[in-house]
Amino acid sequence: MKDKRDLKVQAIGNGTVIDHIEAGQALNVLRILGISANCQGTVSFLMNAPGAKGRKDVVKIEGRELNVEELNRISLIAPNATVNIIRDFEVLQKKNVVLPTYVEGVVRCINPNCISNSTEPIKSKFSVVRSEGGGVVLRCLYCEHAISENIAEHLV
Amino acid sequence: MKDFSREEIDHVLDTAEKLEPVARGIEKSRLLDGKIIALLFFEPSTRTRLSFETAIQRLGGQIINLGSVEASSVMKGENLADTIRVISKYADLIVMRHPQDGSAHMASEFSSVPIINGGDGSIHHPTQTFLDLYTIRRESHLEGLKITMAGDLKYGRTVHSLCHALSLYGAEMTFVSPPELRMPSEIVRDMERRNIKVRETDSFENVIGDTEVLYMTRVQQERFPDPEEYEKVKNKLKLTGELLEGAAPDLKILHPLPRVNEIAPEVDDTPYACYFQQAFYGVPTRMALLALAMGVIE
Repeated sequence: MKDKRDLKVQAIGNGTVIDHIEAGQALNVLRILGISANCQGTVSFLMNAPGAKGRKDVVKIEGRELNVEELNRISLIAPNATVNIIRDFEVLQKKNVVLPTYVEGVVRCINPNCISNSTEPIKSKFSVVRSEGGGVVLRCLYCEHAISENIAEHLV
Repeated sequence: MKDFSREEIDHVLDTAEKLEPVARGIEKSRLLDGKIIALLFFEPSTRTRLSFETAIQRLGGQIINLGSVEASSVMKGENLADTIRVISKYADLIVMRHPQDGSAHMASEFSSVPIINGGDGSIHHPTQTFLDLYTIRRESHLEGLKITMAGDLKYGRTVHSLCHALSLYGAEMTFVSPPELRMPSEIVRDMERRNIKVRETDSFENVIGDTEVLYMTRVQQERFPDPEEYEKVKNKLKLTGELLEGAAPDLKILHPLPRVNEIAPEVDDTPYACYFQQAFYGVPTRMALLALAMGVIE
């Protein structure tokens, strides 16, 4: 058994562990997944944990296996994240997040005059592409404004 | 506009050319006979609205009108989505102008009939781009055009769409504007990626003689916090008869109108002036878009 002094975050029995999140993005990962205080299971996270490739964040969600669409949404703000689905304390599946080609209702358009920022009964819609420099670019399907920086700041 | 391929644009322009005698009143057409077109203009418009009305009537269609926004249910707080759901039950096609960016795209999600975007917000005005292209094709040529765009290139939505559309045909583009109103670097980069030769300058010097189409736009005073600065820029970008002395004989001058003082009145009487003809070309172009959207022409 591990020494108590080494135990930073308890292992989970069933659920999802999201690892290799860019340091400082853990709370945004919870936000993009719509996980709040109302969530039933235990949610724990590590911030600025040492990793092989520098500092990283880790999120553990007890009792919930995230679906592919939810997982891929994470890639907008943490493109290098890996996801482990846990059952009975064993890793059932390990996968990388994949950048989706389209997201709906996740990010708010930066153009204040965009119809998606009005009281109309619609959700924001964006196509997602990689820029030439390898970054993520969201393009609003309504007004065509692009978001290429600080995507986390525009989460719904 | 970016949704259209070169083939699709050519098809619209070919159709407009076929319908031009109808637009001139030389031939009669009943292509829209029995069809009801709703005009929903949520903000003021003169040329776009009247040229659509002309196009519909020349094709034998009927018009229903939102009238003024103040007198409509919009004032009772009805959202655009509901307005579109209702009007699309009355009309066979909706032409819409709205102040918010992306509103036409949203309308198409709620409408059971085709929507034609008559300008939404500050970014899109696709029927203007079609009529600009039609004018260039009729009065000059589209392939490999040497075009100069002048004026407010930063905020002018017509020049942004036109750049993209002309890039499908290959072009040499010169942008003339004050530093404050330069073409957005994103568009310049996009043009260069498409192998379009781009030149940027702040005056007409050494430009007119090497231009086949000069596309003028209005510089709006509200873009300049300092009125003196506006006066300086305004005079620098004024097109006069004197400036045209070194023009190529086949130069054509376009302007989406309204103009204020960026084109001197003496230019109107030169063979280069094409802007009033351009306004007329809005009619056959919009006739073509109406007929194609209604499926009465393939």
